Amino acid sequence: MSLKAVVVSQIREIAEEDARSLPPLTDDLVLLDSGLDSLAIAILVARLEETLGFDPFTESDEVAYPVTLGDFIAFYEHAAASRGLDPQRAH
Amino acid sequence: MSTLPHHVDSIRSALTDAADAGRRFLRTAAADVCLRDLVEATSLGGRAAEFAGRSVLVATRTQLAAALALVELDGLARRIVVCTPDLTPDHRAEIFAKAEVDEVVSEQDVRPLEPRTPSAGPRVETEWILLTSGTTGVPKMIVHTLASLTPVRSPEDGEVVWGTFYDIRRYGGLQILLRTLLGRGSFVMSDTGEATGAYLLRLGAAGATHVSGTPSHWRRVLMTPESRAIAPRYIRLSGEIADQGILNALHTAYPRAAVSHAFASTEAGLGFEVDDGLEGFPAHLVGGSGDVQLRVRDGSLRIRSSRNAAGRLADTSPLVDDEGFVDTGDAVERRGDRYYFLGRLSGTINVGGLKIHPEEVEATINRHPAVRMSMVRSKKSRITGALVTADVVLKREAGSGAHDDALTDLHREILALCREHLAPHKIPGILRFVSALDIAGAGKLARRA
Repeated sequence: MSLKAVVVSQIREIAEEDARSLPPLTDDLVLLDSGLDSLAIAILVARLEETLGFDPFTESDEVAYPVTLGDFIAFYEHAAASRGLDPQRAH
Repeated sequence: MSTLPHHVDSIRSALTDAADAGRRFLRTAAADVCLRDLVEATSLGGRAAEFAGRSVLVATRTQLAAALALVELDGLARRIVVCTPDLTPDHRAEIFAKAEVDEVVSEQDVRPLEPRTPSAGPRVETEWILLTSGTTGVPKMIVHTLASLTPVRSPEDGEVVWGTFYDIRRYGGLQILLRTLLGRGSFVMSDTGEATGAYLLRLGAAGATHVSGTPSHWRRVLMTPESRAIAPRYIRLSGEIADQGILNALHTAYPRAAVSHAFASTEAGLGFEVDDGLEGFPAHLVGGSGDVQLRVRDGSLRIRSSRNAAGRLADTSPLVDDEGFVDTGDAVERRGDRYYFLGRLSGTINVGGLKIHPEEVEATINRHPAVRMSMVRSKKSRITGALVTADVVLKREAGSGAHDDALTDLHREILALCREHLAPHKIPGILRFVSALDIAGAGKLARRA
């Protein structure tokens, strides 16, 4: 599964647990408009850490907070690449 | 060191003395209230006299109605109990009894301002009761006076327009309301349920100069496209540990702003502000003398100041130690010439400024018939500061040899139970089944990671 697919499937799972409906998950979707609030995004980041083995938010004190889903995925892809992982085969 | 403001008898007397009150305002999306009108008009209609000398619970839906009621009741009521917006009916009944509440001000009691006849009755020093979360879920009632709640006077020059992501019925938000009413400037309040982006646009339109919130509030701002709508001169963080990541991100996003993080709590009051842009606080603040004195004992930060609460209502355990210091329960560690916050000694979890007692979440999980025991802990998060996680040990008959499908069902059932009984921030974001839990020396769960 690609990193993007892992992120999208986790988002769907969290939304489903909370019985929230999601808009189409496009790259330019503003994360906080996706139906996930900051608590849900914190859960998303924690679960991705369990799945992927890393949390890019804690890797540096120079973090640019992602605004869109595309930013968020790129943030993870960048962190994966810097670890020598292939973002197309994250899991 | 900042100077303390001169003594004020009541909010209204401070506003009466303020020459510029006619140009200052409280604003929401729907209303604009001139501070001069708060002196000359009433929002409680003819009922104001009924509250004289009484214990009054303020339980409005909106922040503005609460603010108007607080202005009216301060100096008039014997006691004001400020209800937080998330107070449940069960807890409300308990608070009602313990605070000997005589009267309630709810949303419909607060009406459009109309001219008032100044009351001739004596002004009293009103006792303010603020609510903060308690171990069993029942809020603790923290006793303050207007004097102990009065913020340090800001040394600011020029026009000041405040904004805060806090609700004014919590300590952090009440500080901003009182800074405005007793100090200077105007205040743009958020509306109940208002999206962060919409509030930022209103703050930008009003030219907000000073904006406060928890680190988690600010992380949410930076994840919002409308973050560019504001250009404050001063950014204040409090209510949670401010890590270097959020301080740096705010410096980058708002290069013109002074970014300051403050330590304050409902019980200890305002402690100190740190404005060097670094996480933690300088070690020289500890052990000094002055208005606010800090000590570290048993790894915990203690504070003694005129901003300390006077006590807890209906609770005989002392608020201060034998030297008059409030134990904040915040664990600190010295590294070099700085102290750093480690989290809560009690294991209390702080999710975006809201406190969670692990025992309450464990008790809920343990209600499930398949659960033998559970341990709830904090996991660090760069989004909400912390997150609730749960390790769950199943009873032998439920756990051993169970199929994955059965475990998935149990997982879902336990979370559903939590959702039914707990506020969203208390529900474990990660729930794992484990075979055993760590037990510390005293037979207690080894909660601290």
